[in-house]
Amino acid sequence: MNVIVNVYLKNGVLDPQGKATHHALDSLGFDGVIEDVRIGKQIILKLSSDNEADAKIEVEKMCETLLANTVIEDYSIEITK
Amino acid sequence: MKVSVLRFPGTNCEFDTQYAFEKLGYSVDIIWHEDNSLPSDTKLVVVPGGFSYGDYLRSGSIARFSPIMRAVEEYANNGGKVLGICNGFQILTEIGLLPGALKRNNNLHFISKYQYLSVENSDNSFLNAYSDSDILNIPIAHADGNYYIDDEGLKELELNSQILLRYCDENGKRVIINGSVTSIAGICNKDKNVFGLMPHPERAIEDILGSIDGIKMLKGFNK
Repeated sequence: MNVIVNVYLKNGVLDPQGKATHHALDSLGFDGVIEDVRIGKQIILKLSSDNEADAKIEVEKMCETLLANTVIEDYSIEITK
Repeated sequence: MKVSVLRFPGTNCEFDTQYAFEKLGYSVDIIWHEDNSLPSDTKLVVVPGGFSYGDYLRSGSIARFSPIMRAVEEYANNGGKVLGICNGFQILTEIGLLPGALKRNNNLHFISKYQYLSVENSDNSFLNAYSDSDILNIPIAHADGNYYIDDEGLKELELNSQILLRYCDENGKRVIINGSVTSIAGICNKDKNVFGLMPHPERAIEDILGSIDGIKMLKGFNK
């Protein structure tokens, strides 16, 4: 089973990379189109288990302990089989 | 007096730190991250600067799970003094011995230069050789030094006099260097035995280096 974890800075925590990229896109002529750019990271896990519910609980634990720093980051978990 | 300086894969300031403390007359042990315990006569643990685990995932996020960090946590929880410099500060926030987190610098640059700092609170063992509002000149060298804490956390830091150093100009006026909340450069925990700062006091200990302002800081724990 493949699990995709997306980690990104919380709303309200300034994302300097997103801001710089937003600025670059604006200057490339995409200004007026973009409201916001956020940059995060994607972690792709391949799990041996087939049980989605168990996997979700396990991956949540991984996010809380290591994959995300919940002081500044949120995460989402997507199971893709 | 024994100072224990930790070493992770990717640490690169352990020998500078050792040199500085030995120059000040202390005996220094460099402790490998796989060790499970600290020397029993340790009077100060230093988590030095560098790029532990290549800064992978987040600066300090992997080093905090090293076996030695369990011993450091126990040492700190029993009142032992711990000093985290730069990557050490990042590791101490990741493990939760210090509040907040360190984000990528606002301008996305690695900033390496001498920087003025103002002493915000000297009523702690780390800065007790200075006076409040003293201005120090100490190098910084980091990409992830943008200190973040939420409003509630910031109030608590202020209430407990946990903000120790802020970035400033030569006249003591606050300046924005990396985007840190209220220009914070260094903090301590509530019990004032765990200290973390982004600047490198061990690089400001001889005139030939351009500043000796770091000496009193490194000596502080012994008061």
